[in-house]
Amino acid sequence: MEDSWIPWHRRLPLILFAGLVMLLLVLPSLIVIPMSFSAGDYLEFPPREWSLRWYRAYFDSSLWGEATTISFIAGLSTALLASILGTAAAWGLRLMGRGAPPLLMMLLTMPLTVPVILTAIGIFYLYVRLDLVNSMTGLVLAHTMLALPFVLILVLSRLQGFDLNQVRVAESLGAKPAKAFFLVVLPQIRFAVIAGAVLAFLTSFDEVIVALFITGGGKSTITRVMFTSLRDQVDPTIASVSSMLILLSVVLVVIFQFFEGRGQKAAPAARKE
Amino acid sequence: MSTLALPAVASPTPADLARAERHDRWRRLALVAPALVLIGVLLVGPFAWLATLSFLDAQGSLTLGNYEMIFEQTSTLKILWTTFRVSLLVTFFCAILGYPVAYLLGLLPRRAAAFCLLAVLLPFWTSILVRTYAWMVLLARKGLVNTGLKDIGLIDEPLRLMHNESGTVIGMTHIMLPFLILPLYATIRSIDRSYLRAGASLGARPTTVFWRVFFPLSLPGFLGGLCFVFVLCLGFFVTPALLGGGKVQMIAMIIERNIVMHASWGAASSIGVVLLVTTVAVLWLGWFLRRGRRKDA
Repeated sequence: MEDSWIPWHRRLPLILFAGLVMLLLVLPSLIVIPMSFSAGDYLEFPPREWSLRWYRAYFDSSLWGEATTISFIAGLSTALLASILGTAAAWGLRLMGRGAPPLLMMLLTMPLTVPVILTAIGIFYLYVRLDLVNSMTGLVLAHTMLALPFVLILVLSRLQGFDLNQVRVAESLGAKPAKAFFLVVLPQIRFAVIAGAVLAFLTSFDEVIVALFITGGGKSTITRVMFTSLRDQVDPTIASVSSMLILLSVVLVVIFQFFEGRGQKAAPAARKE
Repeated sequence: MSTLALPAVASPTPADLARAERHDRWRRLALVAPALVLIGVLLVGPFAWLATLSFLDAQGSLTLGNYEMIFEQTSTLKILWTTFRVSLLVTFFCAILGYPVAYLLGLLPRRAAAFCLLAVLLPFWTSILVRTYAWMVLLARKGLVNTGLKDIGLIDEPLRLMHNESGTVIGMTHIMLPFLILPLYATIRSIDRSYLRAGASLGARPTTVFWRVFFPLSLPGFLGGLCFVFVLCLGFFVTPALLGGGKVQMIAMIIERNIVMHASWGAASSIGVVLLVTTVAVLWLGWFLRRGRRKDA
């Protein structure tokens, strides 16, 4: 403890209170996992009998299976597209340096600040006219737009410490700008790009509202199926789906933290330009 | 360019420099362009279109009818008020629950803090639907909370915790907390602890040091986080729709209903414009407060 003139026992109420809040943050979602293994028709905690019944129900259902496939395809495509567009935009902004118009940054982070419901109705309105409703292209484009700011912010913050003289050296030695970027810049920011891609995947995979408007029927994403099921009548299969989604989040957060941490260690301390 | 002689490269004319400069500027713009076009086409364009639509009537002539309807229908006004009240309550609970967590994390050594931060990051990364579902399970009539309270004899009748406002507020607070804790923690980490020692060495008691030195220094992150949480709440859809069970109507839900059930784009967009204007105003206020703070400091 840094400000150590305060004895720790005086901090006890704080530690207890904050600890309780952190427990309340983590526990509720975890409670779903044991419940998903119950054998009864209703979910109970703790389950009286254990079984894999609801997991079997998930894997036997073509509805859930199709939705999972759709979500994975959309998530992976979004991760790919958003990391390319986001990295390019971040590099462009970095090259502009102080000359970048503030409006540009505001526009590029707009998907974060505009309430998603408004984004969703706007996209729906557009897609009805372009006949993109219920199409994978439409879904991926919409999710890419939503995920762009995350990649942009992660990559741009890594690029802030990047010394542009390295590029000038490469170009003075005859490298074309693109070559200089791929050989000199990208290797140094690759961890931030991967972290951004992971975040973009999750943004797409967990997205509900846009999917609610622009997908349906056999083209629904997993979250859309979940939402409708939760709103209309709760199917215990959701417990097994939720447990698997929690597992996916844990795996992705570990990957993300790994690459984020690697990137911070790999990047040399911010230098003055 | 290959025909240029060496001396010309060594001392380019102003015209050459200007051309190179222009060329560079276009290249930078070209890098940003695809992202910008995507956001322009999918976000700015359609919404501007819808906003225009909200000022037109069925015949296509200019009118404020859609807006008059919002402020004349008591049902819509009630929904606006509910949205405001729920958002304020959630922001308030996030403040009193989140500040101590961020404060404690700031005290811990970095390694321990990184570990404890997982408690904040894990829910942050978990799907909102999964977390809402978990609360549905916990708060149901025969849910864990009710059976637990009954078992220890605190209540006889199950409490109504779900399909009403309290359930919505509980679920939303859980979902919004990380959005407050993470920026606040970043600010608290960056506070120079020597200010605190200076205050203490000048004879201030710990509480005085906290309120006079530490708290003001943490305000930029705190206010920023609070404004962000409030804005997210205003446009929130999933949790109120599920935990509210149709009894808690918020802005996002009437927008959805207007479109999915009534296909009335004008009404939906006018409410959307109101939501957007409020959002921008609150975000601007947050930015302004932070700026003012920074100048003081």
